[in-house]
Amino acid sequence: MSIGFGKQKDLAALEGRHVSLDGALTILSFVLLLIIVVIPVFMIVYHAFFYQGHFNPELFKTQLLDPKNLGAMWNTVKIAFFVTVFGTIMGVFYAWLLGRSDIPAKGLMRALFSIPYMFPPFLGAMAWKLLLGGRAGYLNKWLWATFGFRMNINSVWGIVFVEISYYFPFVFMQVVSALERMDPTLEECARIAGARQMTVIRKITLPLVLPAISAGALLILITSLAHFGVPSILGFSQGIFTLPTRIFDAIQSAEGSFEGIRQGAALSIMLVVVVSLALIVQKHVLSSGSYDIIKGKSMRPTLIKLRASKLPLLVLSILTLLLIVVVPLVMIFLVALVNGYGNALIPANFTLNNYISVFKAAGTFDSIKNSLFASVVAGIVCMSLGTLIAYVVQKIRPRGKGLLEILSVLPYSIPGTVLAVGVILAWSGSLGVSLYNTIWIIIVAYLARYLSFSMKSSSAALLQVHSSLEEAARTCGASHTESLKDITLPLIRPAMVAGFFLIFLPAMREVTTSILLYGPFTRTLGVQIYAMQDAGSMSEAAALGSVAIVLIFICDTIVKYITKDRKGV
Amino acid sequence: MGKIVFKDISFSYGKNVILKNFNLEVEDGQILCLVGPSGCGKTTLVRCLLGLNKPDTGEIWVGDTCLFSAEKRINVPVERRNIGIVFQDYAVWPHMTVAENVLYPLKKRRVPKDEAFKRAHHALEQVKMVEYANHLPSQLSGGQQQRVAIARALVGDGEVIVMDEPITNLDAKLREQMLLEIREIQRNLGTTIFYITHDQQSALQLCDKMAIMEQDGTLCQLGTDEDIILRPTNRFTFEFIGVSNFIPVVASGAGLGLDAGDSVVPWEGELPAGLSLSAGVELGVRPNDIVFDPESPIKVKVNRCTFLGSEYDYRVTLGTRELRVQQSALDAMQRGTVKAGETTGVRLVNPRYYPAKKEAQSA
Repeated sequence: MSIGFGKQKDLAALEGRHVSLDGALTILSFVLLLIIVVIPVFMIVYHAFFYQGHFNPELFKTQLLDPKNLGAMWNTVKIAFFVTVFGTIMGVFYAWLLGRSDIPAKGLMRALFSIPYMFPPFLGAMAWKLLLGGRAGYLNKWLWATFGFRMNINSVWGIVFVEISYYFPFVFMQVVSALERMDPTLEECARIAGARQMTVIRKITLPLVLPAISAGALLILITSLAHFGVPSILGFSQGIFTLPTRIFDAIQSAEGSFEGIRQGAALSIMLVVVVSLALIVQKHVLSSGSYDIIKGKSMRPTLIKLRASKLPLLVLSILTLLLIVVVPLVMIFLVALVNGYGNALIPANFTLNNYISVFKAAGTFDSIKNSLFASVVAGIVCMSLGTLIAYVVQKIRPRGKGLLEILSVLPYSIPGTVLAVGVILAWSGSLGVSLYNTIWIIIVAYLARYLSFSMKSSSAALLQVHSSLEEAARTCGASHTESLKDITLPLIRPAMVAGFFLIFLPAMREVTTSILLYGPFTRTLGVQIYAMQDAGSMSEAAALGSVAIVLIFICDTIVKYITKDRKGV
Repeated sequence: MGKIVFKDISFSYGKNVILKNFNLEVEDGQILCLVGPSGCGKTTLVRCLLGLNKPDTGEIWVGDTCLFSAEKRINVPVERRNIGIVFQDYAVWPHMTVAENVLYPLKKRRVPKDEAFKRAHHALEQVKMVEYANHLPSQLSGGQQQRVAIARALVGDGEVIVMDEPITNLDAKLREQMLLEIREIQRNLGTTIFYITHDQQSALQLCDKMAIMEQDGTLCQLGTDEDIILRPTNRFTFEFIGVSNFIPVVASGAGLGLDAGDSVVPWEGELPAGLSLSAGVELGVRPNDIVFDPESPIKVKVNRCTFLGSEYDYRVTLGTRELRVQQSALDAMQRGTVKAGETTGVRLVNPRYYPAKKEAQSA
């Protein structure tokens, strides 16, 4: 967004022409989405149905009728459904508890609840596998010895459990910020009108934050449908496949031949169909309205007293935090320290040998460097681009805004694996640009994957910036560009920073696309860890995993410190 | 310098026509209150003046500058129009302190820092918000945020300030005080103020001139407050600016009569030209233009009498028709009040005749 557009707009307006800043932003959004999204997607579709330039649906038909693929499809839907339902309930519940009630230790709990964001889900799956995986799991061994039974995390329900604990923050974060910005008189009116506390929550609070809930639930749904890490770590050994892991499997077992990539493309089209159906169903279940619940008039939210239920709810929150945050985290660090996987987790068995061997291994430092670079670049670009598109969709509202919205969300409904295939097909020379084996091909894939995160985040914030704020700036002598810079951007900055995190942190721990796009010198951190655990070196994987966690935690703290601002809205 | 002219302004949202060939002039250095019911197009007109809406036809001038002309294809961008605005919902920027909010217009107009601080301080002084300069809007009450918005509009050197229902959210006392302050500020600066409201009371307190807008977006009267109150040109104005009684006028023998519901009371008056009884005529009279006079042949029964401090408010019935009567406290002291239950005569002073509406009821 350069100043140039502003000048153009002014001159154009004086001359009565219609090329304005708004128009320029709209066109820019379309062009960028064409490059980042449309081309790779087109390549996937093309190669699924066309073979050597001819239409050939044979491949698609055989893939669709394969019972193995149908089973994978059923698993995908089942897992995503339960993860979305339970994740949304959990997210809304804790958002309300931390956002609007007088429960103690809010700051601490909120910090802890945001840890699942940083924690790579596949590391979580690894941790639970170390605890509850078959006979070898630490907790299972104890359960078997004490009660004579064991639990099996390598199951559909295990996958659902682990995914919920990493995906409920999507709803939690969205709803917490919406709740904090809501006009409290809306609730107070209902209380005064005679509604009881529960009725107010049901009839006033929930409907008002419904756009936020719905946005978060949508994220959970598509993330879970396209998720690769957890089902691959927990499901492969038991033959439990979801569509994304099936695609990876197909491409892996074809050992890089073009046939395997085409097969993956055909399977991914099945997944896209499933996702589209899910989106349609969701749209009917949750129709999201749009409300300006923040206006230029500032609000002070009131807190609701929990009274007698304070203690039980506090205990519940602490137990939840223990289960989803503390247990996996501690597990990774303990296994990283133990001198052999399976040995008792006591100080006598602790050693630093795992760390030493990890850092002696070639490529560890490179993988960290690669991940940092790719994540920062992708985060910044996505944040700007997502805000741009959100602004066009929410404030300019041109014809075709629906298309813009769909295009920016579309890539996330495509599994990362297949997106990777699309990126390979598009940017390895066939269109005249070759990024193959460079870090840029990974970054391009990240951009497409994570764009919807920042778009949604900025969109929700923009919905709450009343247009009179920008208009007031215009009348004070600010050009359109200046009013964006001085008013709108600072007001949505918290959401933009949130958008950056929504991209930077998952990109740091990304496995799904990187695993197909890395070259000899562009291994990422996630790829490195995944390869180690895949090779069975659990302790080394845990050691590097713990390094990754520390690294992500440090980055998170640094960025939060930098972006800290006295005027958070 | 700060004369505002709207010439033949038309504006529509799609097929929904809001304004059609609207004409209005606001004289330099005056406060003009545009009064009209909600939804009549007042805000649309303001947005056209500010440049936030683009009219389909017409011209807008401020002083010697043409801001908009459909014919000459002139459309000065919002930021160059130099018009101060106080929005209905304040639109105080929540991420800036009070001082930063007020300094912003000066910063955008490249006023040197020292002068900018001086002017911002002066503007805050005028709205009595100096001690809140470093507060964030979220730390202020609604009325205080409103004052910040007014200070922000004042601080620019614009010749014109537009206020779109700026005091609706304040309490009555503060509202009155704000009105006085706006008046005071206007006197000091000599700015033209274009004040939009649906509340005729505050308009009366504030304005030099008043413009009444009808529900369909047409201007029905422009004049001084006395003009509007004493000589309303049509029934809409008459009804809109105050409490009014309407009594249908019918033929009674050779002359006229007032329809009292169950009977006809002879009425010695003359219909103005252009009205005919066959189309239905109503007599409009203000409550304070009904005077108790035991001699008068128009007899009413008093139902209720309420003392309102400066006046007595009566509900009386003429036949079966209820009327409102107001007697000033001074008049009551000199001539005494009328008790509820009594029957007495009234004189109707300063009656006005209007074509009857479908449902003839007093408003």
